[in-house]
Amino acid sequence: MLLHLRRSVIITVIFFASLGLIYPLTETAIGQAFFHHQSNGSLTQFGSILVGQKWAGPKWFQGRPDTYNPMSTGGTNLGPRSQALVTDVAKQIKILKSEGIAPTSGLVTTSGSGIDPDISPAAAYAQVDAVAKARGLPVAKVRQLVTNHISGAQFGFLGSPYVNVLLLNEGLSAIK
Amino acid sequence: MSFTWTLITLVIMLAIIWRFLGKYMASVYEGRIRWASFIERPLYRLLGVDPESEQSWQRYAAALVVFSGMAILFTYLILRLQGHLPFNPQHLPDVTPALAWNTAVSFVTNTDWQSYSGETTMSYLSQMGVLAVQNFVSAAVGIAVAVALIRGFSRKGSRTIGNFWVDLIRGILYILLPISFLAAIIFMAQGALQTLAGPAHIHDALNGVSQTIPRGPVASQEAIKEFGTNGGGFFNANGADPFENPTGLTNFVSIVLILSIPVALTYTFGKMVGSLRQGVAILTAMTIIFGCWLTIGAVAEHQANPAVTAAGLTHQTSGNMVGKEVRFGDTSSVLYNIASTQTSTGSVNSASDSYNPMGGFATMTGMMLGEVSPGGVGSGLYTILLFAIIAVFIGGLMVGRTPEYLGKKIQASEVKLATLGALVMPITVLILTAVAVSLHSGQVGPLNKGPHGFSEILYAFTSVTNNNGSAFAGINSNTAFYNILETVGLILGRFAIIIPTLALAGTLGAKNVVPASLGTFRTDKPIFVGLLIGVILIVGALTFFPAVSLGPIVEQLTNGKFF
Repeated sequence: MLLHLRRSVIITVIFFASLGLIYPLTETAIGQAFFHHQSNGSLTQFGSILVGQKWAGPKWFQGRPDTYNPMSTGGTNLGPRSQALVTDVAKQIKILKSEGIAPTSGLVTTSGSGIDPDISPAAAYAQVDAVAKARGLPVAKVRQLVTNHISGAQFGFLGSPYVNVLLLNEGLSAIK
Repeated sequence: MSFTWTLITLVIMLAIIWRFLGKYMASVYEGRIRWASFIERPLYRLLGVDPESEQSWQRYAAALVVFSGMAILFTYLILRLQGHLPFNPQHLPDVTPALAWNTAVSFVTNTDWQSYSGETTMSYLSQMGVLAVQNFVSAAVGIAVAVALIRGFSRKGSRTIGNFWVDLIRGILYILLPISFLAAIIFMAQGALQTLAGPAHIHDALNGVSQTIPRGPVASQEAIKEFGTNGGGFFNANGADPFENPTGLTNFVSIVLILSIPVALTYTFGKMVGSLRQGVAILTAMTIIFGCWLTIGAVAEHQANPAVTAAGLTHQTSGNMVGKEVRFGDTSSVLYNIASTQTSTGSVNSASDSYNPMGGFATMTGMMLGEVSPGGVGSGLYTILLFAIIAVFIGGLMVGRTPEYLGKKIQASEVKLATLGALVMPITVLILTAVAVSLHSGQVGPLNKGPHGFSEILYAFTSVTNNNGSAFAGINSNTAFYNILETVGLILGRFAIIIPTLALAGTLGAKNVVPASLGTFRTDKPIFVGLLIGVILIVGALTFFPAVSLGPIVEQLTNGKFF
């Protein structure tokens, strides 16, 4: 038993040093050298393209009704028979309708991360008329902007098509 | 349509991995792979281990238990002292005792149940220095036990089942570390974080939003979290967090990593017992169960969410999107969570708590079947082999012959050990759930009301006892009551199955092989696969049907009622 204990102590220290320090620090060196943008948080001058932000409509394309607090990630965890969920969704539907936006399931529900940076192409198209009207831009131009910002499923089949809201709004702000 | 392609690609990739990784693992544990012997040999010298000398099952188990105890102690100490240690740019304080204890036990048992939010609780040293280390180590321990059991079947008249230290080191050095190293690079390239810098503060001039964005060495942990079927997220949102799982590709790679070792071990098993057909039979049973549960989950989540419908949105073409990420969509979300709950991973890329009733049913009952389809690294194989012993025993009862499995006579002691291993989990889950729902400290845990609240408690104890770690995450389990009660499930669900399994390896290894005769029940035929699936489903249903009826099933049936 003492022998097991001695070996356990030695190997625990070795694992701590090798798997706990050398391995992650080597990966960090690789990340910093070759994937500097990604491994530091995909930051642009307006924020991280992987962290959604709250955009007030209708001058901007809005994302999902998440809390967008990256220091407190996670979903609402409300179940499928939750009265609170019914109330939240009904409220969001009302807001969207008052802004002239036809609700889609993504625009009325919160995500798993609480910081979902994306909306579906349908959710973006649903906002085109309202955004164009609020900004006094031609509808066709705004619609084209959305089309240009659609990211398809990777390799054509992995995941779902999406539109990154931050990049879309950056594009929108550039339209004169 | 794209989901069909995802499935086809997944099956092809797993078939290749099954063949090559499976064969490679057999070679590793039979000591024929030597490319890192320049690291291995000095390690053995330092430990005073002779790699050629083997241990009896008792010594193997003792080494495993002492080592795991040391791992718990070390993890606990680092968590308790993190405020005074380096790599803590957020200046996070020491982790509280009950939480540190729960977390240490949880990571050492390959569970990674998390009562905390990583972004505001754990320093980088705690994350990479102990939690990620346990991701490697607990996985290697699981595979070691499975390999020891395989040796019990493949040897005759043997008094030893292998050397724990050698199996532990080889699993990490030759299998877990190299593949995690490569996978982490894919995650980084796609957008996963990998930095030691503290949180970033940003201000968006367009909308006036300011955010504090947590960072850390995420990719290196993400790779082994999936490959070792651990599942502990760097951040609270786990696989839903764009910094952990940024794209459809990383989502797919995660699923492949989760399933790789458990699937490939059936090849290793077949190879080591000298009949690949035996491994194929086990894999077939696993695949059929997985397919059924994936179908239940995918169909359920493709339906509208009843609460969203009641709120006035009847047209939900993209399925139930509550708690799901747009970039994954409903089907890729379900595939991930099913893969995660049919193994001991427990990482989630969408909130299982917000799944439709039958979607939640699929994730919860996937664990209740004992996580055998394909199960956690090592634990999946050894648990399904316990069921296989019970299956041949029942087969033997039907025809009135002493049952055999892989040439070994299955007698009273083997059946007792297998039954013990198979029943520890359901008994523990049901008792702990009963305790929690009976006491006030337990009743205040759930977020949701009605049957879903009960489901949250039942799910929690099912998850910890199966060493899964996923949650119906609305439950607030960061209380002394839950943190401590859960560790009972964590420890029993791990060691009260491992020890009978090693004992079984010992008694089987000591037996001689009886040559197969005409009357031998063939265990590489479809009828055995059917019997094995039947036993797994019947044991699961008999033990859990009443409890599940009070949770997801009643929730499905109370149509139109909200709580």
